[in-house]
Amino acid sequence: MSFKDTALKVENISKCYRIGSKEEVYENLASATFEFIKSPLKNYRKYRSLYKFDDIKPDSGSASDPDPSDVIWALRDVSFELGRGEVLGVIGSNGAGKSTLLKILSRIADPTGGRAQIRGRISSLLEVGTGFHPELTGRDNVYLNGTVLGMTKKEVGEKFDEIVAFSGVEKFIDTPVKRYSSGMKVRLAFAVAAHLEPEILIVDEVLAVGDIAFQKKCLGKMSEISRAGITILFVSHNIGAIENLCTRGIWLDDGRVVMDGDIEAVTSSYLKSTNVDDSETAPESWKHTGSGEALITNANLLDTGDKECSTFKMGETILIEFCVEFNKSFPAVDDMAVEVMQVNTGLKVLHLLCQDCGFYLENVTIGKRRFQVEIPKCLLYPGHYQISIYVGDGSFSGFDYVKNVLKFTMVQSRVSKRTNPFLATHAIYHNQSIWKEL
Amino acid sequence: MNRSRSISDSVTVVEPASGWQIINFKELKQYSDLFYFMVWRDIKVLYAQTVLGFSWAILQPLIQIILFTIIFGKVARISTEGIPYILFSSVAIIPWTYMSQAMAQSSQSLVGGQNMLGKIYFPRLIFPITPILAKLVDFGISLVIILGLIIYYSVQPTWNLLFFPVLILLMMSIAAGAGLWLSALAIRFRDVRHAMNFILRMLMYSAPIVYSASSIPEAYRFIYSLNPIVAVIEGFRACLLGTPMPWQYVWPGLTTAAILLISGALYFKRMERIFVDVI
Repeated sequence: MSFKDTALKVENISKCYRIGSKEEVYENLASATFEFIKSPLKNYRKYRSLYKFDDIKPDSGSASDPDPSDVIWALRDVSFELGRGEVLGVIGSNGAGKSTLLKILSRIADPTGGRAQIRGRISSLLEVGTGFHPELTGRDNVYLNGTVLGMTKKEVGEKFDEIVAFSGVEKFIDTPVKRYSSGMKVRLAFAVAAHLEPEILIVDEVLAVGDIAFQKKCLGKMSEISRAGITILFVSHNIGAIENLCTRGIWLDDGRVVMDGDIEAVTSSYLKSTNVDDSETAPESWKHTGSGEALITNANLLDTGDKECSTFKMGETILIEFCVEFNKSFPAVDDMAVEVMQVNTGLKVLHLLCQDCGFYLENVTIGKRRFQVEIPKCLLYPGHYQISIYVGDGSFSGFDYVKNVLKFTMVQSRVSKRTNPFLATHAIYHNQSIWKEL
Repeated sequence: MNRSRSISDSVTVVEPASGWQIINFKELKQYSDLFYFMVWRDIKVLYAQTVLGFSWAILQPLIQIILFTIIFGKVARISTEGIPYILFSSVAIIPWTYMSQAMAQSSQSLVGGQNMLGKIYFPRLIFPITPILAKLVDFGISLVIILGLIIYYSVQPTWNLLFFPVLILLMMSIAAGAGLWLSALAIRFRDVRHAMNFILRMLMYSAPIVYSASSIPEAYRFIYSLNPIVAVIEGFRACLLGTPMPWQYVWPGLTTAAILLISGALYFKRMERIFVDVI
C-alpha cells in the first residue's frame, strides 16, 4: 500500500489515565483536623499530577515493575493502517479502549505515546448535536452544529434546505430547540451530521440513541456513505451493524489490538471469546426455572459428523443433544422445545417442538435420558444465535427451562444462485422458493 | 452524496504534546466560521427570553453608576478634580463592567464547555476568547450612557479621543490575558470559580473606579501603574472627558497587559492538550 492510498496510519498509540485512589478514613477528630489542614496540599498534588506520566512506560505493568495503583492504560501500543475507502469496525468489551482510540484520532485527547497520521479531511461524530444550545432556534443550531462539525458557513447555507427536509422538522425550524421533543432534537442533529462531506469519518456509538426507525435511518445513511468511498472508523456494540457496514475489523481488549483482519473472522473470534469467558455456559451454573421435577443437565451442538461444533454454514444440518434427569415418574412427557434466539436483536427466530414430528415419551421412570434434535438444512442468515431448552408436560411453568445455554454462529455459504452475500438486515431465514413464468 | 471534490492533501499528525507551543494562527483561520458562530451564540443566548432584552446592557451599568454616584459622590464626597461625579464614575464603570464580565465568563468558559470539549476538536483558544468578543456588544450598547452624559454636560471632545481604539484594545487584552490564565487553571482547579468573586472585587478597588488615581501617594504611583486596569480607566477619562493623557499609567499598563496576554496564551497552549484528561 503506497502512502498516498493510506488514509490513516497509527503507530504505537498509548494512552494512560490516572484514576482516583482511595480516600483515607480518619479515626479521630485530631487526625481528621490535621488531614483537613493538610488536604489543600494533597489535593493540589493530586490535581496537578492528573496528566503527568513521566515515570511510566507502556510496556511496564509486569510483575517486577508494577504500575502505580492509580494508573490505568486505556491503550497500549495500538498500531494499524487504514487504506482509503476502507471501512473499519472496532469491537471489544466495555473498557477495552475503543472510545479512547476514537478520541485520540479525533484529536480530542492527546496520546501519552505514539503517533498517528491522518491524510484528508476528517470529521468525527462522537455525539449527535454537539454544541446545540436550547435557547437557539432550530435554524441557528443547524448553523452552529454544522460549523462545530467542521463545515464552513457557506457549506451549511448550501445544504440548509436539504438538512431541514431530511430532519422533517420544517415546521419548527424557527422555534427554540428547548421546546422540541427529544426525538425532533436527535433528528435535526443527525440531519446535520448526515450532510457532512468528510474524507475520513470517525463514528462512535451514536447510533445507539433514538428509536428503531431512527437507528435504521442512521445505518442506511452510514452504508450509503461507506459506498461513496469514504474511509470510516466505526465503533459499536451492535455486531450485526458492524458486520454489515465494515469490511475489516479490529478487536481491542484491555487497550491492545488482539486481532486485526476480515470483519467476519474478527467478530466471530470476539464472540467466541465472550462465550469462553461466559461461565454461564457451563451446566453447573445454568439457571433453571420450572418445577424441577426434571432437570436439563447437559447440552451440546454437533455437526453431521457428530463432532462438537459452534459454527455452521448456511444450509448445514445442526444437531442439538441434551440430557434430562427425571426426578419423578410420569405417565407421559409430550412437551419439549428448543428455542433459537438471534443475539443482536434478541428476537426468537425458531421454536422447535417435539410435537413437530409427533415425538413423545411414555411411562417415564426416574433417571437420565438423552435426546437429539435435528435441524435439517438450517437456513438461518449469518449471525449469532443462542439456544434455550424447555421440558414440561404442558403445564404453565413446566419442569425445567434453561435460557441461552448454547451459542452458535451461522456463516455465509452459497445456498442459492445468488452471488451477493446474505446479510442479517435482509432477512432472518432463507426459505427456498421455486420460480417459473406462467 | 456528491464526491466531486478531490481528496485533499492535508495531513494531520496526532502526537503527544511536547513543551511550549505557539499559537497556530493558520488553524484558527480555518475555524473562523465556528469562532463567529460561537460568539454569535453567546450574544444571542444572553438575553434570550428576557422582557428587556438588550436594555439590560444599559440598565446594569446605569444602576451601578447611580448607586456609586449617591454613595461615593454625594455621601462620601470623593474628590474628582472638579468633574461631576456621575460623569467621572460612568467612564470608569462602563469599561470595568466589560472587563469584569468578560474575565468572569472567560475564566469559566472551559469548565462550562466541558461537554463540547470532550466530544469534538477545535482550537481550544476559541473557548476563552469567545466571551471577550461577545461582551463587546454589551460594551458598545452601554457607551450610549456616556454619550448621553457627555451631551448633557456638554463636554467638548479633544484630540485625546484618537487614543480611544488603543484603550479598547488594551481593555480587551487585559480581559483576554486574565481569561486565558484563569480558564486554563479553572479546568484543573475548580477553586478559580470560588475565588473569582473576590478577585474581581479586589481588582475593582485596585483601580481608580470610585476614586481618582491622583489620590494615590506619589511614592506608590509606579507600583500602582503596573496594574493595567489603571491605564484603561484613567485613559478613558482622558479620552472622553479631556483630562491630560496619563502616559505614566498607559506605558506600564501596556507593558504588563502584553506580558499578561502573551504568558496567558503560552500557558493555555501548554495546557490545552490535557484539558480533556483533567475535566
